[in-house]
Amino acid sequence: MHRTGELYGQFKTLEQQKDSASLGMWIFLVTEVMFFGGIMLAYTINRHTYFHAFAMGSNTLDLKLGGLNTVVLLASSFTMAMAVWSSQVGKKQLISVFLALTIILGFVFFGVKYIEYAQKFHHHLVPGRNFDITYCVNKPSNCEDVKPEELAVEREEIAEAQAADPDLNSHAQLYYSAYFGMTGLHALHMVIGAGLLFWLLRQSFAGRFTPQWNTPVDIVGLYWHFVDIVWIYLFPLLYLIDRHK
Amino acid sequence: MSPTTQANKPAFQMPTKHYLNATYGIRSWLLTTDHKRIALLYLISVTFFFFIGGFFAMMIRLHLLTPSGLLLSADTYNRMFTMHGVAMIFFFLIPSIPAVLGNFLIPLMIGAKDLAFPKINLLSWYIYVFGAAFTLYSMVSGGLDTGWTFYTPLSTVYSNSAVAPAVIGVFIVGFSSILTGLNFLVTIHTMRAPGMTWFRLPLFVWAHYATSVVMILGTPVVAITLALAGMERLFGLGFFNPAMGGDPILFQHLFWFYSHPAVYIMILPSMGVVSELIPTFARKRLFGYHFVAAASLAIAIIGFLVWAHHMFVTGQSTYAALAFSFLTFLVAIPSAVKVFNWTATLYGGSISLDTPMLYAFGFIGLFLIGGLTGLFLGSLGTDIHIHDTYFVVAHFHYIMVGGAIMGYLGGLHFWWPKISGRMYPEWLARVAAVILFVGFNLTFFPQFLMGYLGMPRRYHVYPPEFQVYNVMSTAGSSILAIGYLMPLIYLTWAAFYGRVAGPNPWPTTGLEWITPSPPPTENFEITPVVTWEPYDFHQRPELGLDMPVNPSLAPAHGDD
Repeated sequence: MHRTGELYGQFKTLEQQKDSASLGMWIFLVTEVMFFGGIMLAYTINRHTYFHAFAMGSNTLDLKLGGLNTVVLLASSFTMAMAVWSSQVGKKQLISVFLALTIILGFVFFGVKYIEYAQKFHHHLVPGRNFDITYCVNKPSNCEDVKPEELAVEREEIAEAQAADPDLNSHAQLYYSAYFGMTGLHALHMVIGAGLLFWLLRQSFAGRFTPQWNTPVDIVGLYWHFVDIVWIYLFPLLYLIDRHK
Repeated sequence: MSPTTQANKPAFQMPTKHYLNATYGIRSWLLTTDHKRIALLYLISVTFFFFIGGFFAMMIRLHLLTPSGLLLSADTYNRMFTMHGVAMIFFFLIPSIPAVLGNFLIPLMIGAKDLAFPKINLLSWYIYVFGAAFTLYSMVSGGLDTGWTFYTPLSTVYSNSAVAPAVIGVFIVGFSSILTGLNFLVTIHTMRAPGMTWFRLPLFVWAHYATSVVMILGTPVVAITLALAGMERLFGLGFFNPAMGGDPILFQHLFWFYSHPAVYIMILPSMGVVSELIPTFARKRLFGYHFVAAASLAIAIIGFLVWAHHMFVTGQSTYAALAFSFLTFLVAIPSAVKVFNWTATLYGGSISLDTPMLYAFGFIGLFLIGGLTGLFLGSLGTDIHIHDTYFVVAHFHYIMVGGAIMGYLGGLHFWWPKISGRMYPEWLARVAAVILFVGFNLTFFPQFLMGYLGMPRRYHVYPPEFQVYNVMSTAGSSILAIGYLMPLIYLTWAAFYGRVAGPNPWPTTGLEWITPSPPPTENFEITPVVTWEPYDFHQRPELGLDMPVNPSLAPAHGDD
């Protein structure tokens, strides 16, 4: 760990050091776009081929929890931006406050995600041998967290979708492959981001960030915003396929 | 050796302090952030995998000596060629030139003290080792039999071999490649010495710039693809599983979106090496510098648009195949630009046939054959006939072994005096280069013939009429093996006991040659200021090339 604003040996000026760090993070984000791009392609092709199953799968998600998480992440982007701003204008205490808020919002996101994942496990909606899109409809007693009127709608929708797609169960599994693949990778990125935020918070408590030297806050901010943007894509792609009914 | 360098060769002393003796002990190597030491760590690791992959290759060739197979069961044979491909492609060819020579030379060539992110550079070596450990585990626990392409659903549903650890290993090693590419891009953008403008960069650096672009855009895609395939095998995700409505062809598209450009990760750095060797040993400025630099970028870009030519027989849309066939032809143009420019550089040059130049000539010839047979495979009609035959095997070995490895070895010889401070035994090296060239052609040229006649690849038995070609190929491979063992032995010997080389033994123009050999840890005592154009031998009187003692002994220069 080096002191505030110290120049690493390979650079000649602080400006060169900062430019390199930012460019490095931007290039890294390009690789992330390509990384998520692969799974989004898989999603797009399958959604096109098995639209009914994907719409059905999407309707089994909890829109309220997804919407809540979207708000939470947008708020965390705001607090992150404020942390970057605080470091640029030299408000040292505020940096820590906003970093801590960002971390808290990140953990709220994890909590909500945990509730959603647990629900899907209980409802037999995890790809694999026990996957059954009709599980709750057939065994309402095992899905007491779903309201009866919602189950009634679901029963109708499943019947419609099965009429359009005889192998609904397999294809809904593809939807849930996309759901767990995409949200899982996103959550993994959030975990890494939270780790980076803790690392920043430690340095911020030590008062390391100044208007002259705040590169780590800046580039971790870039990363955090990127992860948020991924969610901004995931939310409509996964939750809002065909909700207009 | 050209007459001038041989005649006035002063006796050099090793510098007292350099990167190799700056600090001692195992920790000073395993925790180093010096790009030169990390390059040597990579050199040892990739050499290790090269000989593992070579061992599998010898098993394959020995087995195919007789039509009914000599050594292995069908299942073991499948594992051998799979592990040969995995070891050679992911753990040797992809990192070879970038992570060894590129790591060592890019900061030196642009006049920087190190790469932009030395710690990330060390991290990427550790990631490589970590990924390699998984793959080695797969190899010792029986290996895998899917082919290096991991095609689904064989790899995800049906194969009973150790697929998961190998896929995890390849997935991990991809991040090492991504971080290397990222480091190079940032370094080339922000770390150039004063006066080192973009068009004064050595073409080796341009080639690595293009390579890095491919690494950062392609590797993440194969990472997500292998991650999905891995999760499919382990947790039952279904994107590539036809039983669930998934599409194995999607896996092939995503896989080749990286794995075709990966060929350019292997060949572009080699082209960069050749672009350094040709001007040095022809004593001439490279013909058409700007075109060669632009050709590297063009290959990197067009290389991303050709992947589906691996899938002409999968039943994809004919119109898509047409477009991909056309784009495949297009990539031949920048490749040809390079070959023509290297050849034009030779015209009127004063050529000396030192070992690196022999490798450069070997590269040009073999790459030409490999590239032109690529056009056969890129044509829709011809490909139906020769798809999945030994013609394909011969074609890509001409590119990857005849091209990439020839360039790698040429570069290793050329910069060995810089890396180790000592010269390798020149005559032995020339003999090894010739043995390699002969062995290579004897191994792989017959494969063109048997492939064209219809021998399929990846079969453990074959009809007796192909035996004569297979015997030639196996005989060639044993010669090739000797050709690879020789440099291993004499380069290692030379690193300790070779004649002291001095800062600029060839001599040539790059910035890496103005600092002592081996260079000090900080590369340059004072940051160089570049005032000359690349490969401009005539404007550099300090190299002693244009000022012979006796004018009548002047080396003949062309009108360049």
